[in-house]
Amino acid sequence: MIRTWEDLQEIRKRGAKKIHPDKIKIAVGTATCGLATGAGDVLKAVREAVEQCRLDAIVAETGCIGYCQKEPILDVCIPGFPRIFYSEMTPAKAKQLVEALAKGEHKPEWALGKILSETNLIDESVFNYTMEKAPIEIAKIHNLNDISFYKKQFKIVLRNCGMIDPEDIEQYIAMGGYHALFKILTKKRPQTDLIEAVKKSGLRGRGGGGFPAGKKWETVYKAPGDVKYVICNADEGDPGAYMDRSVLEGDPHSVMEGMIIGAYTIGSNHGYIYVRHEYPQAVRKFTKAIEQARELGILGKNIFGSGFDFDIKINRGGGAFVCGESTALMASIEGDVGEPRPKYIHTAEAGLWNKPTNLNNVETWANIAPIMARGADWFASIGTEGSKGTKVFSLVGKVKNTGLLEVPMGITLREVLYELGEGIPEGRRFKAVQTGGPSGGCLIVDTFGWKHREYLGDTAPPAVSYVTESLIDLPVDFDTLTEAGSMMGSGGMIIMDDTSCMVDIGRYFLNFLKEESCGKCTPCREGIRNMLSILDGISEGRGKPEDLDRLVEIAQVLQDASLCALGGSAPNPILSTIRYFRSEYEEHIFHKRCPAGVCKALIRFSIDPEKCTGCTVCVKACPENCIEGKKQKPHRIDEPKCIKCGSCQEVCKFNAVVIQ
Amino acid sequence: MIHEKVAAIIDKYEGDHESLIMMLQDMQDSFRYLPEEALRYLGERLDIPMTQLYAVATFYKAFSLTPQGDHTIHVCCGTACHVKGADRIVDRLERELHVKEGGTTLDKRYTLKTVRCVGACSLAPIVLIDEQAHGRLTQDKAAKLVRPKKTA
Repeated sequence: MIRTWEDLQEIRKRGAKKIHPDKIKIAVGTATCGLATGAGDVLKAVREAVEQCRLDAIVAETGCIGYCQKEPILDVCIPGFPRIFYSEMTPAKAKQLVEALAKGEHKPEWALGKILSETNLIDESVFNYTMEKAPIEIAKIHNLNDISFYKKQFKIVLRNCGMIDPEDIEQYIAMGGYHALFKILTKKRPQTDLIEAVKKSGLRGRGGGGFPAGKKWETVYKAPGDVKYVICNADEGDPGAYMDRSVLEGDPHSVMEGMIIGAYTIGSNHGYIYVRHEYPQAVRKFTKAIEQARELGILGKNIFGSGFDFDIKINRGGGAFVCGESTALMASIEGDVGEPRPKYIHTAEAGLWNKPTNLNNVETWANIAPIMARGADWFASIGTEGSKGTKVFSLVGKVKNTGLLEVPMGITLREVLYELGEGIPEGRRFKAVQTGGPSGGCLIVDTFGWKHREYLGDTAPPAVSYVTESLIDLPVDFDTLTEAGSMMGSGGMIIMDDTSCMVDIGRYFLNFLKEESCGKCTPCREGIRNMLSILDGISEGRGKPEDLDRLVEIAQVLQDASLCALGGSAPNPILSTIRYFRSEYEEHIFHKRCPAGVCKALIRFSIDPEKCTGCTVCVKACPENCIEGKKQKPHRIDEPKCIKCGSCQEVCKFNAVVIQ
Repeated sequence: MIHEKVAAIIDKYEGDHESLIMMLQDMQDSFRYLPEEALRYLGERLDIPMTQLYAVATFYKAFSLTPQGDHTIHVCCGTACHVKGADRIVDRLERELHVKEGGTTLDKRYTLKTVRCVGACSLAPIVLIDEQAHGRLTQDKAAKLVRPKKTA
């Protein structure tokens, strides 16, 4: 039980010893992304090797440091050495590494980077590693923060992810955790002060809408009633965004501390966290975090002896995208079908069980403790005029470096894509970036669309809405993305190259939304279905010239008449792709061609006899046995039998399989 | 047998209506689907009409009203997986297992499903077999995952 500042400091010391022990510590990143690349086997191999070599070392688990591309990652701390991260480990490599360590040797060639000093975000204390025992080859390892993926990052939300054991509350406390909460509760800071701080910080909801958090807190605080609720929305439904999962798996206490501060501020004693059932590991880690917090008196009755009571219950979602919408989420917590209701009355006044409810998402909550510890002015000094602080993005798709990155608001797409992401692999061209999930849109990042139009011989001046310039230098914040026809959403950034078809992407999202629309209101239910059938026609070669106008017309109805944001924003992917890639739609409609080579009905596979070396790999890979060819003779695809599955293209090392 | 299991689940959540979805999830885990008998018993005990249970059970993706295979394959169809060819993987697995998406193989070994996003987008395309994730797949690698292992 923590009652005094000394109690807290006692635990802090214990936690710090576990983060920086006086012997070797090997931590394996075992978040979902790590496990998907085999971190489980790596962990096992490390454990076995440590035992075999009788190495006096601690083997631990940690979250994800964000560079998912390089998973599985090992974090090795040795007294007298800098902290070293090893990437792309396999069980065999892990074993060799441990064996080397046992002999006092190292494997600098496998290192991703080293850390020489760590500055604590909460209290600015500095921990320096020493180089005293490190040989020269260790000194030559790049500093982690100098490599391109990390150079422009600024971590607030992800501050502890991959740096501590998320299942150990003492390590969170050692990073300055629960210090802000302790001060607030024991000094009984006035609630209005805290609301003022959140308002002044300029923090906007990170779940997608970007509503000012302080304003919401104030409404709930002022709403009459004794019973109020706090909810953490962890129903991260946007495909392509996974920062909330990573935070819950890598640093659950940062979310919890934010929620407790929020609860105290608005006067709530009951909290809920609604987690997607697709995130079993996040549910497990948060459950454990709740138990540990209760043991230390950080949750439950009389927190820190301050007289304030608060507890959190976990609800697992049922797998419905619409439940990320606040009123649908609340209906789901009440045990009902997750259908949204009109928001004439805000949930801040009548939310869960019709009581005033403060709902924020995972990333928003994780920002609260640092704001309280460092002050609103500090937070407001980061970012742009209208969007303060940082944003975590998941940079995924066809980009060289994929992973989670946290950058100050206002960074340009160019910096994210070319500097942090290091461009596109396999010499392909950037085409578009998709942000905001199914509610967002595709933005052009290259003038490819326009060039393509020119190439087709279309010299007519473009329609007014047709943007010809690239948006690559667009600063990324809430307002500019909305203006450009997309939205921030929860921060997914999916990069597409010239092999991604925009008609197909539009279809993909409509299909997604068709299945996820709850069906309560007609514009959404029927509108999406109709738009999808038009797009299906376009991609199957049955497109008509009037289709594009019809799509825009239906989109208008959805925007005007849908009950909730799912329907209201559903046309965004279509409108934005029509706006930026009209020529590609026209190519499908008028010439029955899919320039990106995706829409099955409009393409055919063939083998370029010039490039084919006759290696027979594709012959073996073809599931329909429709490729003929003898060794060292050019192969040929028997077209009528071809099902256009693309297996041959996947396996061909010589790019001899062509799509026309 | 079914009644005892459901009764235990109801007790775990103290018969709280608020936990209906959690109870159904536990039932789904324990029976691998929601048997009608179990739903009827739950409805009687909690005094919830069958119509409402049916509405909830069919609204959420986590539930199924038909028996599932021993293993569930979830092909992630998030945006990142989509641009990296998730559709092709679904097609390939459908042909490999001779089932349509949502179906269960004749030998009841696998149920093939798609999922919105499993949140490991940087390793796209991804397939989950039960809880084990397999990342950076190609059609071939995905097909190999579900082929019976050769016994030496």
